[in-house]
Amino acid sequence: MTKQYINRGDRPTKEGFAEGLLASGIRHPEVMVIGADITASVGANLFAQRFPNRFISLGIAEQNCMGVAAGLALEGKIPVFATYGVFAALRTTDQIRVSVCYNNLHVVIGGAHAGLSVGADGATHQALEDLAVMRVLPNMTVLSPCDATQTKIAVQQAIHQVTGPVYIRFGRAPVSDFTRDNQVVEVGKGQLLHPGNDLTIIATGHMVWEALQAAYLLQEEKISVRVINIHTVKPIDQEIIVMAARETHAIITAEEHQVTGGLGGAVAEVLGREYPVPMRLIGMPDRFGESGEPAELMKKFGLTGQTIIQTAKELLELKSK
Amino acid sequence: MFYPKVHDPILLKEISTEIRRSVIKSLTLAGSGHLGASLGLADLFTCLYFAILNHDPDDPKFSDRDRLILSIGHVAPLLYTTLARVGYFPEKELETLRKLGSRLQGHPGREHGLPGLELSAGSLGQGLSVSVGRALAGKMNGNSWRVYCILGDGELQEGSVWEAAMSASHLKLDHLIAIVDRNGVQIDGKTEAIMALEPLKEKWKAFGWEVVECDGNNHQDLISSFHLAQQVVGKPTVIIAYTKMGKGVPMIEGDHRWHGKAPSEEESSLFLKQLEETTAG
Repeated sequence: MTKQYINRGDRPTKEGFAEGLLASGIRHPEVMVIGADITASVGANLFAQRFPNRFISLGIAEQNCMGVAAGLALEGKIPVFATYGVFAALRTTDQIRVSVCYNNLHVVIGGAHAGLSVGADGATHQALEDLAVMRVLPNMTVLSPCDATQTKIAVQQAIHQVTGPVYIRFGRAPVSDFTRDNQVVEVGKGQLLHPGNDLTIIATGHMVWEALQAAYLLQEEKISVRVINIHTVKPIDQEIIVMAARETHAIITAEEHQVTGGLGGAVAEVLGREYPVPMRLIGMPDRFGESGEPAELMKKFGLTGQTIIQTAKELLELKSK
Repeated sequence: MFYPKVHDPILLKEISTEIRRSVIKSLTLAGSGHLGASLGLADLFTCLYFAILNHDPDDPKFSDRDRLILSIGHVAPLLYTTLARVGYFPEKELETLRKLGSRLQGHPGREHGLPGLELSAGSLGQGLSVSVGRALAGKMNGNSWRVYCILGDGELQEGSVWEAAMSASHLKLDHLIAIVDRNGVQIDGKTEAIMALEPLKEKWKAFGWEVVECDGNNHQDLISSFHLAQQVVGKPTVIIAYTKMGKGVPMIEGDHRWHGKAPSEEESSLFLKQLEETTAG
């Protein structure tokens, strides 16, 4: 098995969001974008320049932005409200819960600066709890694409395919852009990126590339690792997860998010119920981030291919006992 | 076809009394719920649904209807009673208020399918933002319908209300009319003791709104205030409606302890008797 995926060049997933949003704006006249003062830094600038009349600036008032989005959705508009993930998911949680989710409205919430990707700004701006909070809400769909190309597709799926509330997260740091333009990716379906039988790495977002690199290196040591990309954290693809547990008997999850409540939690909920196997969760170890370059932070907190390799070996040893 | 508007002041008064009677009865059956504001706002709801709103109980989602957003979801018993009285669903269903399986949830929940509900709400401070979104969509589409948003005075302590107020005037939403139930009390006591709201009129003015003040328990005053608000161009209007919590039942009028309580059987018959006496006089 050779390396199927190569990096075509580093790009922030935010660029994919910006391009997808523009494409959706061209495709559907009811798409509107709400801005909370940080238009360019969350990737809403391309849309805002092209459709100034459909871009509504509401200032640094996120709770109101979310409520206005709900009102627009009630009237048949397709509102997209993007801001930093910490504010999108956490400052406005009650508005999302009641005005958006309880009313089951098609509001597209964009969470920028996901994970540690904002780097030097430090803990206040690093969205590491958004997946947990968003996925616990009834009616919500949660998307976490793995690179810029997939983010461009995912935001258009959020706008044109999903019918209820949807949260999509994306990052700022340039990361490997490796998935194909013509890839098959469906809302609610995991992507099998690399086949393997000894164990499975289930990853989301920026950690998917790290998982692939780990699998390629382990392959040189004759360890066969399956890699699954979870692009939809909710509803999660139970089938692909249970099949991986059944066929490889060991699971590692990897996410740029708190180790509790996010992807790892979602996978553990499925396996605990359907097919328990030895499992390890890789994520932010229940602590706040800090300032530094994104790559330095990923290394410091163990969110790297190397951590995955080490964890895989420990897990395989446990499995062989 | 829009519901025909009632102009007869005597008939409007009778309707308000019927609604109050029905609110007391359904809350007594439910055993819990918010009596105070449901009685205090009965005149406002009567005026809105019988004399002001363009709406059609036979076609609740008619696209040109006016939208009524109840931000204070706890006044649900009054909303349900008014909707039933005006013909959205049978009045018999009011007996199911707050019961398991009912379409009449403790706070309005659209997913249970009750006709006439414009928003599932109950967490304070959110309704005005949603109203801004709806009014903005209407303005962008060139529609003529209006959005009416009912706020509580205690609710104005939520900061998000003022975010919404700022945006409504910034966006020049003249098809948005907010109504503040200025009854002066909230769960813990008087608003001015809990967290002072005055000078309230000046606050709204400073946020760029046209302000109309009125006696919220006087039909003619309410109706002429709405007619004034409808004429305002280029900015939203707020009607500060001074009401009495528990209006119609003198023994509980203005008493904050009746904000979130339902009457017992004995209290209920006493309240109904008082209601008959005050309206007969």
